[in-house]
Amino acid sequence: MVHFVVHEEGDGVGVVVVEGVKAGQHLSGWIMEDDKDIEVVARNDIPIGHKLALRDYREGDTVIKYGVDIGRVVKPIAKGEHLHVHNVKTKRW
Amino acid sequence: MDLTKATFRGYPRENGRVGVRNHVVILPVDDLSNAACEAVANNIKGTIAIPHPYGRLQFGADLDLHFRTLIGTGSNPNVAAVIVICIEDQWAKKVADGIAATGKPVAYFGIEQHGDHDTILRASKKAKEFVQWASELRREERPLKDLWVSTKCGESDTTSGCGANPTVGNAFDKLYPHGVTLVFGETTELTGGEHLVAARCRNDEVRKKFQFMFDRYQKVVEAHKTSDLSDSQPTKGNIAGGLTTIEEKALGNIQKIGRKCIVDGVLDKAEAPTHPGLWFMDSSSAAAEMVTLVAAAGYTVHFFPTGQGNVIGNPILPVIKLCANPRTVRTMSEHIDVDVSGLLRKELTPDQAGDKLLECMFRTANGRLTCAEALGHREFVLTRLYESA
Repeated sequence: MVHFVVHEEGDGVGVVVVEGVKAGQHLSGWIMEDDKDIEVVARNDIPIGHKLALRDYREGDTVIKYGVDIGRVVKPIAKGEHLHVHNVKTKRW
Repeated sequence: MDLTKATFRGYPRENGRVGVRNHVVILPVDDLSNAACEAVANNIKGTIAIPHPYGRLQFGADLDLHFRTLIGTGSNPNVAAVIVICIEDQWAKKVADGIAATGKPVAYFGIEQHGDHDTILRASKKAKEFVQWASELRREERPLKDLWVSTKCGESDTTSGCGANPTVGNAFDKLYPHGVTLVFGETTELTGGEHLVAARCRNDEVRKKFQFMFDRYQKVVEAHKTSDLSDSQPTKGNIAGGLTTIEEKALGNIQKIGRKCIVDGVLDKAEAPTHPGLWFMDSSSAAAEMVTLVAAAGYTVHFFPTGQGNVIGNPILPVIKLCANPRTVRTMSEHIDVDVSGLLRKELTPDQAGDKLLECMFRTANGRLTCAEALGHREFVLTRLYESA
């Protein structure tokens, strides 16, 4: 079962594609571009469509998705944590 | 899907274009004429009024865009004939003349010195004539290249970027080599991925024009913003769906132009393309505004991927909705024409998803009503550039 998808190898985030992901749950991920599998343990409850971190981040780090910069980290994030507007902001505007 | 000999059944129009719908439109030039237009559409079954809030005291480029959008809407091959109503004769004539250049039947009426009653009576008589004439037009088999396909996504979430939008991209990559005329837009929603679009432009001239339009729109945002736009772009729905930044939203958005198509040209708002290929239209990212603009540019079928469930339709352009979010597909099934949620469960390959969308495109082009049409979604939203005089 695919719990989350990753666009390509090297992306720092995965997208949860099932409902009801709970903290502590072992998640199976699918790297779509490379058709590879990975595993991560969720550290928070994460709603469908929301992202989880695939690595540890420090404040000021850049988040990569689709192989491209999607914003900057404004609060430290641990691997498996929910990554969203509370800890990542745009670099534009 | 082999598209080499693909055809659809459409309505050939006087100017050589082919429509997939056969609307008789009652078109107000201004807000004041909405009531008369709606009365005519109520009197004469099978016609459609397209009310809107603008058309008075606009000037300059904003007025040009208003006329271009109205004339373009009436000229769209999905429209068989048009009744134009305006408070004043002269502007009614201006819009009617613009539409009449296509060769289709058009009549215009000014309300001043007649009043609503007399205008509605005269316009209804003409509308009845048009609708009975249009009802005898028949669909004919036409090659795929006669179809013009537009795309714009809405209420996107992260599943748009990994499911629904790449499905449109797959379909665009398959349509492009067959000489189909394609378009995408949403200028601000390329922010963070604009370099990827620039790299796909046919040549430096197209790239320069694209970059100019992109930069101009950024200046509008910079000049008017009061925050980082996180209240508007991404929208509350985007954020609820898991999208975090404009960059992330843009990179998902860009999946719609596939991996092979080249950006062949750049269009101003509501401007008609001059040859087949993939066009970029400088446009708002608001769903109804953008879809209204591409309908006015002459597009006849629209691909609309959604994540959280945008419900938009258009009065004359069939809007096909596709979605990869299994929750949205379950909770809003009446709005979703093509379910591609299997992509995220490895039950559907991108190639199969693209074919599923194309199959729905052919059925829609051949006459099947989209969800938005069946539900009566007729959002018609004119883009304004600045205040009226």
